[in-house]
Amino acid sequence: MRHFLDFEQPLAELEGKIEELRHISDGGDLNIAEEVGRLEAKVEKFLRQTYAKLTPWQKVQIARHPDRPHGGDYLGRLIADFTPLAGDRTFAEDRAIIGGLGRFRGRSVVAIAHEKGADTKTRVRHNFGMARPEGYRKARRLMELADRFKLPVLTFVDTAGAYPGVDAEARGQAEAIARAIEACLDIHVPLIATVIGEGGSGGAIALAAGNVVLMLEHAIYSVISPEGCASILWRSGENARDAAEALRLTAQDLLRLNVIDAIVPEPLGGAHRAHEAAIAATGDAIEKALLSLLKLDGPSLRTARRTKFLQIGTRGI
Amino acid sequence: MSWLTNFVLPKIRAVVAKKEVPDNLWHKCPGCGQMLFHRELEANLHVCAACGHHLRLAPEKRLAMLFDDGKYTVIELPKTIVDPLKFRDRKRYADRLKEVQGAKSGARDAALVAHGTVGGVAAVVCAFDFGFMGGSMGIAVGEALLAAARLAVLQEAALIAVPSSGGARMQEGILSLMQMPRTTLAVEMVKEAGRPYLVILADPTTGGVSASFAMLGDVTLAEPGAVIGFAGARVIEETIREKLPEGFQRAEYLLEHGMVDLVVHRRDLKATLERILGLLCRKGPPALAAIAPPHTSERGWDRA
Ligand SMILES: [Zn+2]
Repeated sequence: MRHFLDFEQPLAELEGKIEELRHISDGGDLNIAEEVGRLEAKVEKFLRQTYAKLTPWQKVQIARHPDRPHGGDYLGRLIADFTPLAGDRTFAEDRAIIGGLGRFRGRSVVAIAHEKGADTKTRVRHNFGMARPEGYRKARRLMELADRFKLPVLTFVDTAGAYPGVDAEARGQAEAIARAIEACLDIHVPLIATVIGEGGSGGAIALAAGNVVLMLEHAIYSVISPEGCASILWRSGENARDAAEALRLTAQDLLRLNVIDAIVPEPLGGAHRAHEAAIAATGDAIEKALLSLLKLDGPSLRTARRTKFLQIGTRGI
Repeated sequence: MSWLTNFVLPKIRAVVAKKEVPDNLWHKCPGCGQMLFHRELEANLHVCAACGHHLRLAPEKRLAMLFDDGKYTVIELPKTIVDPLKFRDRKRYADRLKEVQGAKSGARDAALVAHGTVGGVAAVVCAFDFGFMGGSMGIAVGEALLAAARLAVLQEAALIAVPSSGGARMQEGILSLMQMPRTTLAVEMVKEAGRPYLVILADPTTGGVSASFAMLGDVTLAEPGAVIGFAGARVIEETIREKLPEGFQRAEYLLEHGMVDLVVHRRDLKATLERILGLLCRKGPPALAAIAPPHTSERGWDRA
């Protein structure tokens, strides 16, 4: 079952009709083929029009679309010989963040990704992509491993935020995130972070203080969820749309603010309609960034990353 | 060091703690509800004499309390971009800011940076003002920590951070989130220069502030009863739908869970800081090792 967002409803109808027509025809019926062609043109026109002027709130919905490719999908398609490495060596294995060794377009790397899960079972298994301290401590451990063997680090960010739970607090959620940020800033290897869906606050920046920060065209990245912001500043979750506007959480706004370095274009209708194309485009953008970073030595990479973050915040909208 | 070089020494604004006329003669203790007379409260460092509750402290009072003889020099902080997102909720952020600045007569944002000595050791203190938009961290606060760190490096001083903050300044959106790596870099500067970085966690220290510079201290002290944590208690309650354990996210809870070094009563705070700074910075005569008894292990803990 495909999932359609509210504003995609006309799409659900059109594609439903196309499906029906295809079902009743074996392909030889010219009239039906013509009608299908006409409907497909309508679909494309609808997508072009809608996606040309998405509101921030619509982008929030797209970024959270259940059919959108998740961290594991990116690792699966971009990282060959992926060898997952588990555990923080202190308490547990946290599957909200997956990571390990692998080969990106021929080169050994450490890849780390949030994984939200795709159905009820895997969502529970991966805790909806919301990590506990162990997830961040594992990420830190893997970054240090990368540093030791001079392997570039590729991170894929997609989380609603760090898990808000008693256990997570008891084991030092704040400290774990702080140390992960510190690890990002400390390593002497290229760190390329890509926000593929939801860049949720501290849980996101823990993996995203990189030399290059990429963002998919319809991804979002914010200090707080629009719902959370609305309930605090408007005192009503109903104003989430207004908060989404005010927070400037789209890739386009973040590029203007110098918080991200480049936008990865998504296929028409969003990454959820064409996983392969979206992931390939992401791979190309990462490769381009990586090739230029590999020209720098370790200390320069570290200094460049630090300088970049020190300079953020001098430019407004 | 290259990321330190474009630093310009801050203009020194000056001065010593000044006595203020209190707006209220009586304060109600948030802990036990007792009415406390301002003069008595002042003498008690804003700790309730009845129940020991540590009331929140204005940054000027915090500085006066920590520096030797209450003497310190506040530095002028770099000017930062105001309202970078043109943020507007039910009110414009720019107007909110002006309102708070007006009410605070002179304070530009939620952090104050000063230098002086603590127990004779050169120190720079960055103290938060919870009264200024909940002590929230936006660009100005991040910049304050960076200025404090750079000053500590230049003066070969210790850096002491005293957060009291609900977390990130939402109205500065992603740019407030970016203060987490930026303040982490401030801490790194001080550590790489070999200077001590101490943190005093005051009530409250939560959200993005706790998950960055506040949890990276060489030594971390906390005031009794201070709320310290990442996620807000209400959010956690809504997520897990059960009552939170007694004392959850209080300083003592963090001590129990290994997240802070010491919980220190405010009246002992300065002495504790002095002792720690002294031990870290004044290591004693270099020849001490030579005169130490040869078989220390025999009288050590292994014989106990
Ligand atoms: Zn009391």
